[in-house]
Amino acid sequence: MTNTSGSLHLKSLSKRYGAFTAVDNIDLHIQRGEFLTLLGPSGSGKTTLLMMMAGFQDITSGDILLDGASIAHTPAEKRNFGMVFQGYALFPHMTVQDNIAYPLSVRHRPKAEIDARVAEMLDLVRLTGFAKRLPKELSGGQQQRVALARALCFAPPVLLLDEPLGALDKKLRIEVQAQLKDIHQRVGTTFVYVTHDQEEALSMSDRIVIMQNGRIEQVGTPSDLYQNPKTAFAASFLGKSNFLHRDGAVFALRPEKIDLAPEGKASGSNKVTGTVQSVTYFGAVLKYQVDVPGLDLIEVDVDAWRSGQALPAGTRVDLTWADSAAVRLSDQSL
Amino acid sequence: MRLPVNSGWLLVLPFLLLVGGLFLGPILNVLWISVTDPALGLENYAQLGSSDTLRRILWTTLRVCLICTAFSVVLGYWIAYAMVHAKGPAQSRMLGLLLVSFWISVLVRTFSWLMLLGRNGVVNSGLESLGIISAPIPFMRNELGVLIGMVHYMVPYAVLPIFAAMQSIDGRVVQASRSLGGSGAQTFWRIYLPLTKPGLVAASLLVFIINLGFYVIPAVLGGGKVLMVAEYISVQVLVTLQWGTAAMLAAILLFGVLALMFLMSRFMKLSTVFGGART
Repeated sequence: MTNTSGSLHLKSLSKRYGAFTAVDNIDLHIQRGEFLTLLGPSGSGKTTLLMMMAGFQDITSGDILLDGASIAHTPAEKRNFGMVFQGYALFPHMTVQDNIAYPLSVRHRPKAEIDARVAEMLDLVRLTGFAKRLPKELSGGQQQRVALARALCFAPPVLLLDEPLGALDKKLRIEVQAQLKDIHQRVGTTFVYVTHDQEEALSMSDRIVIMQNGRIEQVGTPSDLYQNPKTAFAASFLGKSNFLHRDGAVFALRPEKIDLAPEGKASGSNKVTGTVQSVTYFGAVLKYQVDVPGLDLIEVDVDAWRSGQALPAGTRVDLTWADSAAVRLSDQSL
Repeated sequence: MRLPVNSGWLLVLPFLLLVGGLFLGPILNVLWISVTDPALGLENYAQLGSSDTLRRILWTTLRVCLICTAFSVVLGYWIAYAMVHAKGPAQSRMLGLLLVSFWISVLVRTFSWLMLLGRNGVVNSGLESLGIISAPIPFMRNELGVLIGMVHYMVPYAVLPIFAAMQSIDGRVVQASRSLGGSGAQTFWRIYLPLTKPGLVAASLLVFIINLGFYVIPAVLGGGKVLMVAEYISVQVLVTLQWGTAAMLAAILLFGVLALMFLMSRFMKLSTVFGGART
C-alpha cells in the first residue's frame, strides 16, 4: 500500500483569536511519506496548527495545499486525513471491529471489502483476536493501536497524530514509538506528529519542526537540530545545553561534548577551570555541575564506565572542548 | 459497645420513620382497600375485564402519556442540544430559564393556555379579527389541549437528563467521526445519538411516569371530554364514593410505575456497564 499523494504545503498560515496570535505566518513543506514532528511546549501553537490541517480550526489567513491543490476551505470529513487524537477518541459503544470499520462503512464500501480490510489493519497493529472487544476492555496501549488502525484503515494520504502517546507510561511509550515508526515505514503515509516530548521527536522523526509562540523556531533532521541548533530555545528544548558568551556572541555547548579532567591534566584551546559543585550518578553517565568563575554553572556529562570513580564535590577540574563542539547561535544575548 | 447495626442509620432514622408512617402506610392502606372494599376479593380488579369505561380511560391515559412523552423528549433533545452547544454565559441563561419554568405553578400555566388558545383566547380572537378564520379553532377542551398543556409542562423534565448525557460526550469523539469521513448526519445517527441513549431513556421514563398521574391539566384543558385515570380516581373518591374502584386504579398506576422504574434501573445499570460516553 503506497500513496501517490500526501505532500502538504502550508503557505503563510496564521490563526488569530482577537489580539492573540496562536499560529503566526507558518511556511512549511511536508514531503510525501515523511514523518514530520511538530515539537514545542504547550501554547506553542503546534496543536492549533495540526487542527488547522485537520480542518477543525478555521484559518485566519494563508493557505494549505495538498498535492498542490488548496484544501483550506474543505470540511474535515472531505479531507480524507486520518487522525489519532489525544485520548484516542474511540467510539465507546462500538466494538474494535466496528471502530476500525467506521471510515469504510461511512463511505458505503461493500461488507466483504470492509471485513478484509479490518482484518488486515488488526494484523498491522497486532490486535488480531480483539475484534469483538469494546474499547473499555482494552489497555491504554491497545486502545492507542485501535485508534491508529481506525485512522489508517481508509489509506489516507496524510495521518495527523495529536500527542498519541501522552497517556501511556514511559516504558510502554518507548515500545509504541518503535511500533509507530515501523508502521509508518510499512504504510508509506505522510505522518504529521505533534508532541512536547523531545525523546519521541528525536527517535521517530524524519524531520522535526521546533515551535514557539506560534512560530517555527527551526526545522531539520533530528541530528541536524541536535548538533546545530540555531537559537537558545532550540538548543535547550531539544536536549540540554550550556550557554557561553564569547566575542559578543552566544554559543551552545552540549554537556556530553565537554571533557572533564582533574586540574592541570588537560590542555586545549578551549579550556576553563572550575570547582565540582555536585555530581550525580545516572548509571550510564555521571552528571557534574561545575562552578566556573565568570560563567554560569556548567553541566558536564561523563561516560560513567570510562571515567571510573566520580570526582567528589570540591575537586578542582579543567573543562576542555573541541572548537566544533560550541555552536554559535543567532541570539545576541540570553 | 458495638451497635448491632451501623450507627450511621441513626442519622436517617427520622427520615425512615417519616417515609414509613406517612408514605408507605397510606399506600398499604390503599392496596388493602383495593381488595376489601366493598367485599374481600379481587372483584375490583375484575372490573378491568368487564367495564368498557375503565378500559377506555386506561387506554386514553396510555395514549395521551405516550404521545406527550414522544413530543416532550424530541423537543427536550432539541433544547438540550442547543444548550450544550451554547457558549458559557448563554448556556447559564438557558439553564436559568429552564429552572424558572419549574417554579411556576401548574395551575397558572394551565389557565394561561386557556387564555391563549381558548374559544375567546388571544389567538382565536386575533385570527378572527384579522379575518383568517370564521369560527374559533378548537385548541382547548379536547385531547389536543391536554397534550399542549402536558408537553409544555414536561419539556423541562425531559431536557435535564438528556442535557447531562450530552455534556458527558467527549467532543473529540465527534471530531474523530468527522475526520474519518463521517458526514454531519452520519456522525449524529451513528455516534452522537447512540451515546445520548441513556439520557433519552431516562428522560422518556421520567416524563412518562410523571404523565401517568397528571390530574390538573387533563381536568382543565380536557373540558371533561378527556378522562384520564387520575381524574377518574378523584371522581370515584369524592363523588361516587366507590373507594374500592379508586384504590384499584391507584394500585394499577403504582404497579405500572414500579415496573417502569425497574426497567429504568436495569437500563441505568447497563449504561454504567457501557461506561456512558467516556472511554
